[in-house]
Amino acid sequence: MTAHAQAAHLETSTGLDNRKVAIWTFIGSECMFFATLISNYMVNKGKSLVGPFPHEPWTSPAGQHFEPIFEIPLVTLGTALLLFSSLFVVLALSGAQRGNRKALIGWLAATIACGVFFVGMQVYEFTHFLHRGLGFTTNLFGSSFYTLTGFHGTHVTIGVLWLATVWVDAVRGKLPPSKSLNLEMAALYWHFVDVVWIIIFPVVYLIK
Amino acid sequence: MDAHVTGNAHTEHSHPTAGLYFKVGLILFVLTALEVGLYEITYGERAGSLAPAIKPLFVPLLLLLSAAKFALVAMFYMHLKQDHKLFTGVFVFPMIIAVFVVVALMVLQAYHFLFARSG
Repeated sequence: MTAHAQAAHLETSTGLDNRKVAIWTFIGSECMFFATLISNYMVNKGKSLVGPFPHEPWTSPAGQHFEPIFEIPLVTLGTALLLFSSLFVVLALSGAQRGNRKALIGWLAATIACGVFFVGMQVYEFTHFLHRGLGFTTNLFGSSFYTLTGFHGTHVTIGVLWLATVWVDAVRGKLPPSKSLNLEMAALYWHFVDVVWIIIFPVVYLIK
Repeated sequence: MDAHVTGNAHTEHSHPTAGLYFKVGLILFVLTALEVGLYEITYGERAGSLAPAIKPLFVPLLLLLSAAKFALVAMFYMHLKQDHKLFTGVFVFPMIIAVFVVVALMVLQAYHFLFARSG
């Protein structure tokens, strides 16, 4: 991007960079998107007629026994890593703004690694649940759970890909302090994905 | 207007220090540990004599803890505390609608199950 093009982004009536206003507006719309998914999960909570259930064991009329399906320790680890990734990405942004390329590349790589682990955790969890008899159409819990956490996981995956492209730019030396907004936008999206999980974790996994 | 613009541009980039980021990260970690700890002593394998007393407070406490975590990330990591107030408005206004949607749907469902189906 040329210096002229960079400056052109600031020519708004608010004096704010239009790209940053755009990402915040997008995040605002995403709040309402996830609100509908969380509402869907909450209104259908506890209304499944057949198991497997999230917190209680269940025996089918055919005599097949199903254990509670959630594995809280694994999800807690994923949650902690997602929270740490938010810390890592602000440290990367701080490095980018100060022109500290080493900090930028290192912290950004740590953020991406946490994101990849989280996605891996979710793939494992979904596969595990499928093997334990919970499909997308098995019951209301399965449908609302996979829809909510699946959409969140998709957002995390998009975030990882976005951060990876910024990381490649940083490695190639194409992310000077004047272009740190490129990382700031990806970081804002990443934090949003994190705050959505901050709500999903207790609502889905901890509240019975 | 020019002075105003310059002021905003400056404010947008005066972000907190790494030390503050680490402190917020530590608080977030502790709050998450509290959430899981609360679950463990109420419903988990370590649930003991305190569980019946905690159960009525379990959901409000969890919601309070997650609201605190949400606010910390939004204020310090997303820089809403330092950035232009317009960004706060663009984020908070849809959040209010989102909370309203969640509460409205839950109330409607509760009404349906408590009254409409029986009446």
